[in-house]
Amino acid sequence: MQQMDPNEQTEKPLISKGLDAFFIGVYDIFRFISRFFKEVLLPPFEIRELIRQCFQVGYKSLALISLTGFITGLVFTKQSRPSLAEFGATSWLPSLISIAVIRALAPLVTALICAGKVGSSIGAELASMKVTEQIDAMEVSAINPFKYLVVTRVLACTICLPLLMSYTAVVGLMGSYLDVHLNEQTSMVAFFQKAFESISFLDLGSSFVKATVFGFTIGIVSAYQGYNASQGTQGVGKAANISVVISMFLIFIEEIVIVQIVNSIR
Amino acid sequence: MKTFTPEIDWNNVVISIKDLYKSFGNNHVLRGVDLELHKGENIVVLGRSGTGKSVLIKIISGLLRQDEGTVNVLGQDVAALSPQDLRALRLKVGFCFQHGALYDSMTVGQNLAFPLQRNEPGMSAEQRNKLVDIVLDAVGLSHTIDQMPAELSGGQRKRIGIGRTLILRPEIMLYDEPTAGLDPITCTEINNLINEVQRRFHTSSIIITHDLTCAKVTGDNIAVMKEGKFIRQGKFDDVFADNDELIKEFYDYNFIQ
Repeated sequence: MQQMDPNEQTEKPLISKGLDAFFIGVYDIFRFISRFFKEVLLPPFEIRELIRQCFQVGYKSLALISLTGFITGLVFTKQSRPSLAEFGATSWLPSLISIAVIRALAPLVTALICAGKVGSSIGAELASMKVTEQIDAMEVSAINPFKYLVVTRVLACTICLPLLMSYTAVVGLMGSYLDVHLNEQTSMVAFFQKAFESISFLDLGSSFVKATVFGFTIGIVSAYQGYNASQGTQGVGKAANISVVISMFLIFIEEIVIVQIVNSIR
Repeated sequence: MKTFTPEIDWNNVVISIKDLYKSFGNNHVLRGVDLELHKGENIVVLGRSGTGKSVLIKIISGLLRQDEGTVNVLGQDVAALSPQDLRALRLKVGFCFQHGALYDSMTVGQNLAFPLQRNEPGMSAEQRNKLVDIVLDAVGLSHTIDQMPAELSGGQRKRIGIGRTLILRPEIMLYDEPTAGLDPITCTEINNLINEVQRRFHTSSIIITHDLTCAKVTGDNIAVMKEGKFIRQGKFDDVFADNDELIKEFYDYNFIQ
């Protein structure tokens, strides 16, 4: 770019440089989100790309989710047993674990894993496309890159997170069952009967809502960071990193808010 | 040098730019640019890096918006177009990026077919594949159809980029530094390809470059840009005939002298 003319006056910030940048950033994010809702409703619908993205987000996360979910259920059971054993209440383990897994662990573990794996991937991929002008190339070829790249990825995250969360819950309970079975010789039927007796529709519903909100958050944050990346290859790393950090931060904030709302309904 | 006489319609202006200004913060990139491109004409915009050449063609294609002035493309004011109309105009204005901007996740064939799939949904796969073959043949890279962009050389990427633009049969081509970073032999191939595109597809083009050889070989007219505006416009030999101080520094750095 051309060198600055030393005689030109620099633009003065409205409030302060930092605050100006913050409010402009917030405005940009809201514009990005409102554009998403506008584009998602208008044809043409990128069904094939959406299915491809669901495969990337959902199927390709299964191995990691399986391992993490199973170990979470197993370890949580192992850690809870001594405390319950003190009161001779190890028979409560299936109920305790199922409540913990369905209400909190499954949505949270799934979201955190996906924020790390999927969020960084979306952030880096879109940022790389941005800095190598691939997004501009779509634009000048009369293709709507927002619809093709952003809408499909955000939708895929929003659809797949609740499905992955359900899968994590099942795998987590299987991990728990393994430990209970080895220690108390409880049958699978008895374990799951006890586990599901303690679960209400509100628990299931709130978990699905949480997972959907988390999925949307991961998708929109990562897509925003990637789509607005700058500064070459450095910007790609930055977009991937910030996508994960902000997604995780927002997931915890949303968890607190949703738990408060659900508890007030309960 | 061109081995053919281009058919230029001097009464038909396809791009008309008047008093164009563009700034990024306090960085005033364009400071009153005027330009006219006629049907069938190749104009080369010459200038050192950072003088606003790429910004100019990004404004023409609607990727950036000017602060002041008007840009008329094929009779339409670009800044006043709705998103739908802009998309329709973009089908007639091809843009070749400096590094090709090929889609990394697609093969060469898929890169070329992608704009057709999106813009001509009624076209059968057979017709699409035929067009891809024709364009790949035109850029001389038929054998790369199943290769990924990462497997191509810099020159090949640029040629595929030109092919991807051509596949939509645009009336106007915008080339951003087509020979930058290439060896002299590949530069010659790209220059010949630009001329071949003009001859075979009857396109009008704006070619952004700082390469005098490219300017001399591909340009019917050239415009020299300095500090955000054109300081000379005309035929290559006329512009460089007097070799005055304003363009001398630029001329000195090129082999052509």
